[in-house]
Amino acid sequence: MKTNKKKVDLRSYMMIIALLVIWLIFTIMTKGSFLSARNISNLFRQSVFISLLAIGMVMVIILGEIDLSVGSIVGLSGGILAILDVWKGINPVLSMIITLGIGLLLGLWNGYWIAYKGVPSFIVTLGGMLIFRGILMGITKGITIGPMSHFFTFLGKGYLSNSFGILLGIIASIMIIISEFRSWKKKKSYNIDSSSTRFEFVKVALYIILINLFVIIFNSYNGLPFPLLIMIIILLLFAYITQNTVFGRYIYAIGGNSKAAILSGINIKKITLIVFMINGLLASLGGVFLTSRLNAAAVSAGEGAELDTIAACVIGGASLMGGIGTTFGAVVGAIVMTSLDNGMSLLNVEVFWQSIIKGLVLLFAVWFDVISKKREA
Amino acid sequence: MPTLLRIKNVSKYFPGVKALDNITMDIEKNEIHAICGENGAGKSTLISILGGIYPYGSYEGDIYLKDKKIEFKNPKDAEEAGIAVIHQELTLFEELSIIENIYMGSQKVKGLVIDWNSMYEESQILLKKLKLDDLNIFTKIKHLGVGKQQLIEIAKALVKKANILILDEPTASLTESETNNLLALLKELKKEGVTCIYISHKLDEIFEVADRVSILRDGKLIGTKLINEVTKNDLIKMMVGREISQMFPKRKISPEKIIFEVKNFTVFEEYNPTKKVVDNVSFNLRYGEILGFSGLVGAGRTELMSSIIGFYQGKKEGEVFLNSEKVNINSPQEALELGIAYLSEDRKGAGIISNLTVRENITIAFIKKFATFFHINKESETLKALEIIKELNIKTQSPEVKISTLSGGNQQKTLIGRNLVSIPKILIMDEPTRGIDVGAKQEIYSLMNKLTKQGISIIMISSELPEIIGMADRIIVLHEGKFMGEIENYNHDTNQEDIMYLATGIRGGKGE
Repeated sequence: MKTNKKKVDLRSYMMIIALLVIWLIFTIMTKGSFLSARNISNLFRQSVFISLLAIGMVMVIILGEIDLSVGSIVGLSGGILAILDVWKGINPVLSMIITLGIGLLLGLWNGYWIAYKGVPSFIVTLGGMLIFRGILMGITKGITIGPMSHFFTFLGKGYLSNSFGILLGIIASIMIIISEFRSWKKKKSYNIDSSSTRFEFVKVALYIILINLFVIIFNSYNGLPFPLLIMIIILLLFAYITQNTVFGRYIYAIGGNSKAAILSGINIKKITLIVFMINGLLASLGGVFLTSRLNAAAVSAGEGAELDTIAACVIGGASLMGGIGTTFGAVVGAIVMTSLDNGMSLLNVEVFWQSIIKGLVLLFAVWFDVISKKREA
Repeated sequence: MPTLLRIKNVSKYFPGVKALDNITMDIEKNEIHAICGENGAGKSTLISILGGIYPYGSYEGDIYLKDKKIEFKNPKDAEEAGIAVIHQELTLFEELSIIENIYMGSQKVKGLVIDWNSMYEESQILLKKLKLDDLNIFTKIKHLGVGKQQLIEIAKALVKKANILILDEPTASLTESETNNLLALLKELKKEGVTCIYISHKLDEIFEVADRVSILRDGKLIGTKLINEVTKNDLIKMMVGREISQMFPKRKISPEKIIFEVKNFTVFEEYNPTKKVVDNVSFNLRYGEILGFSGLVGAGRTELMSSIIGFYQGKKEGEVFLNSEKVNINSPQEALELGIAYLSEDRKGAGIISNLTVRENITIAFIKKFATFFHINKESETLKALEIIKELNIKTQSPEVKISTLSGGNQQKTLIGRNLVSIPKILIMDEPTRGIDVGAKQEIYSLMNKLTKQGISIIMISSELPEIIGMADRIIVLHEGKFMGEIENYNHDTNQEDIMYLATGIRGGKGE
């Protein structure tokens, strides 16, 4: 049993190791410019979009469902935001709130058909993908709308001042130490697994070094990208929700065995509905950030994003059979996907090769997962 | 007669269970060889080895066919060697026709196309032999009854030129005339040189059809006898072996007040709302009592219970009273809130949540108890899980391992523990000891007795007669959804045959 547990741990670190390997390869091939402060900053800013979608999608996948409509929700949200902001001149914050509300409603639409009408999520969201994109084309009349007001420019491209970055780094370090200390104390009081304290210490030290290293890197360029901060906050929020709340536990239980979940008194319809609503909300937030970064909303915005997002979740260890996956893994997967895009663009790799390589990475990631699971069994 | 199939020192292990323990057995050419034993005796494991489902190398020992060692890698190898297994769960394609099913995997071809004409002619002869010649061979399988489907399975085996036919509980869901029909056919086939291994625990059938009989118990071969050398009583003794009183701890109960009452309950099939799966059943449950539900496959016991707690989705009629108060239960959630817990017979499909740990599996049904607002207090959750693990003697490395790493018996104990996190008023246990080893069974029996002492009332569905007689205070028998009778069993000495008569619908009915 003990060796078993170690293997599982190893697998969750494998993603990070794989990411570092990808970075190393790109660094060597670009003669170092991949790891330049400017590029790292860009890379993380770009990754915010898929990361936000992946945080929502991974919960859908853990539930054992799929959402193919997120790309269209991104597009439609961006379109609505741009219409409110550019055409109607409504207050930016209000525009954003309305847009997010609509994202929530689109998720509600998906969730209602899936949970209460029993239509498979693949079909409902495939329909959603067409419907939402169609609405976008209708309301924007196919025109690209921009430029956005300054508020959104900051949202998409803003940086935080260096001192703020340092402050965040310090706060994060302290929080890690406190939480590690707490769980160490808890483990000690239960006598569970106290043998690996040295390993834990190394882990904490590594986290703190890594965080502060990133702060230094970001500060040596323009500072911590504002969208990245938002993404990190959302990641922490949903990592907490999935790991430490009743709602999160229910998601894993339903994905693992929906019949057993029903017999355990879980209202799986309600949970399914809420998960799809959250996914709609996060997709719409992704749309807000994408539109802000591009400074305009186009009819094609977010096309194909659902597939990149699903790939990110799967690379991050989620199983499409349901029950398995983490928000943290999904974000690592999103960073892997973005790193591939970013690195290959730096290398001027032709677009068709980019697509082929991303496809192969997805395939090998899952294949690796399949064989490592077999070996475990 | 020469030996056709020789099983030599075969053992097979599953995690935590020795399913077969050094079995040595000869099957002679042209005999009907019955294998009998209780549930979990190892019958199905043995035929799964013979049929190539458990491949060579996954078991110990050797098997010889006509003195040649066989090493099946898959069911197809067994088929090619002339061994056909007809499983309890039929493997027909419901949406395909009779003829397509009979020739599945052995279609006659002319070049690249299917030779329908010769298949048609041959199958006509075959169906005549099976006395099915009144059927249109282009009828879809789903329009046939289970008995006819069973015969189609045999036809399928005959087309493949099987000379060893293995039937696993073939009559479990057949009517009496269908059973007689099948037994007559087996005798007919024997004349034509087919050897048959007949798995059953229905003794009448064994005496009717078999030449020899082997008895398995707890994975061991107890003996092989010529059928005319033994009596029914001998067989039962060999099958049961242990004294029932040893297996089932004694307990005394005095009839108490009624806690739960179900009146005129009718359940309709989920996808066929005109068909009743439970037909006007009424019963009551007393404080601290174990009420047994017996019956054969298709008796409607599971549908009745899972419908009462709002899990089964078919339409239902009737009234349910808890402490004399009428209750309306629309979902398992509402049932749990009322203190009615249900342990499913389908441990894998509706029990364990395999991606979760033992701790999470224990606490899932009452996780809100450990949460303030939404936040789960993992400390108190872990403490409760440890308490349940200790109380139920669940053998696990730690509460933090995945439940899938546990043996079947310990998984089952974990699932019972899930329902004890908040003490229920009524615990409905559907086949609580199915597929687990004897030791764990005994632990579950003692646990059930302990729970009744705490005032929990238990409804136990069980297909194992010794178990239901050993545990239940009263036994209700259903047959095809209908109430057949209620037997007082306070002394745990009811005759198995009395239950069987009711369960097969030969005797009994409402008003008796």
